[in-house]
Amino acid sequence: MRGSTPPTPARAQILAIDGVRGGRLVPNDDLIGPIDSSDEWIRQRTGIITRARARADQSVIDLAADASVRVLARANLAATDIDAIILATVTHFFQTPSAAAILAERIGARGAAAWDISAACAGYCYGIGHADALVRAGAARHVLVVGAEKLSDFIDPTDRTISYLLGDGAGAAIVGVGATQGIGPTVWGTDGSRAGLVGQTRGWREPGAAPPTLTQEGPSVYRWAVTAIPKLARQAVAAAGIDLADLGAFIPHQANLRIVDQFVKALKLPDHVVVARDIVETGNTSAASVPLATERLLREGTVPGGALALSVGFGAGLAYAAQVTRLPGGEQ
Amino acid sequence: MALDKSEVLAGLTEIIVDETGLPAESVAPGKSFVDDLDVDSLSMMTIVTLAEDKFSVRIPDEAVKDLTTVGEAVEYIVAAEAPH
Repeated sequence: MRGSTPPTPARAQILAIDGVRGGRLVPNDDLIGPIDSSDEWIRQRTGIITRARARADQSVIDLAADASVRVLARANLAATDIDAIILATVTHFFQTPSAAAILAERIGARGAAAWDISAACAGYCYGIGHADALVRAGAARHVLVVGAEKLSDFIDPTDRTISYLLGDGAGAAIVGVGATQGIGPTVWGTDGSRAGLVGQTRGWREPGAAPPTLTQEGPSVYRWAVTAIPKLARQAVAAAGIDLADLGAFIPHQANLRIVDQFVKALKLPDHVVVARDIVETGNTSAASVPLATERLLREGTVPGGALALSVGFGAGLAYAAQVTRLPGGEQ
Repeated sequence: MALDKSEVLAGLTEIIVDETGLPAESVAPGKSFVDDLDVDSLSMMTIVTLAEDKFSVRIPDEAVKDLTTVGEAVEYIVAAEAPH
């Protein structure tokens, strides 16, 4: 075949990460009435004190655009430098056109390849896996990966299974060509035999029914996560050719603080590994949670740029993905 | 070789103590997980998952909600123990 092919496989790195959270931090007391609960019950059961919620007039694409503009500035890139946009979300109201295509136009990246992926809370880690492969294959030089959710649009305030966990936000990363490989192999998969554990209350097409909201079998999801995810995490670390002790940060999906703490216990993480606990203030933002938790660690200086981070996403599907990445900033 | 009830109770008590921080003396067959030991549904899942590993049995999610007391869990594990 004629045409240009890269002379050697490129090396991929995360060049920048940034994000935005919904502007209102909603305390537990604002939600407990319809679920007949208490601040103490929610804190004890989830670790959540507040969750970030967006304004009623903000869409998931608004959140994604804000995060994208920020990450472009942080990477010192123009929107026209972006070759591909991957938007992970389950809260875009349209099957088509994709939110990513609209996002591309909104930020001035017209012409970029753009598509959505539906892998729920694993969506961002799936997106990083896609972007890594695209950059290394020479199919793109800069890929914008966004995890964005406005989960508050899909909440039944009387639901006791998931509603009080959920927040809104968007996290974005730019994956580009680097001098060294900064993204380890993505270890991923699905278990569709458990697809019924997390998802919508109903499909869109049931005549006369109210729009779907989100629901989950919480204890079963918890059990699956604390059993399966530590194994996945170890696989990703081994695939990257490092040990857990080489990590600077562990950034699991912010599903529930109890789950995060169980992971730490099961992995026997060394004390020096910083564990992301953004859920306490931001809540569970599904596809946005890993990049937002990463953004917080970098912004607060808890972990230095250049450190190795293990990211793990898991959720509806059940879909899961993990990879070790070198955090942007510092030595690349 | 099948485990007897006292062995299962002792092993299960260790797991419950580790998960809840309660003293071992507070764990007994007649104790309710929820009402006496303050074990919520997530802690219960941790306990049964660890019990599965310890006793080489399978305790499906659907069965967990029927295990209201420590004694019921012991009975379930003894009955469910896989042949070796």
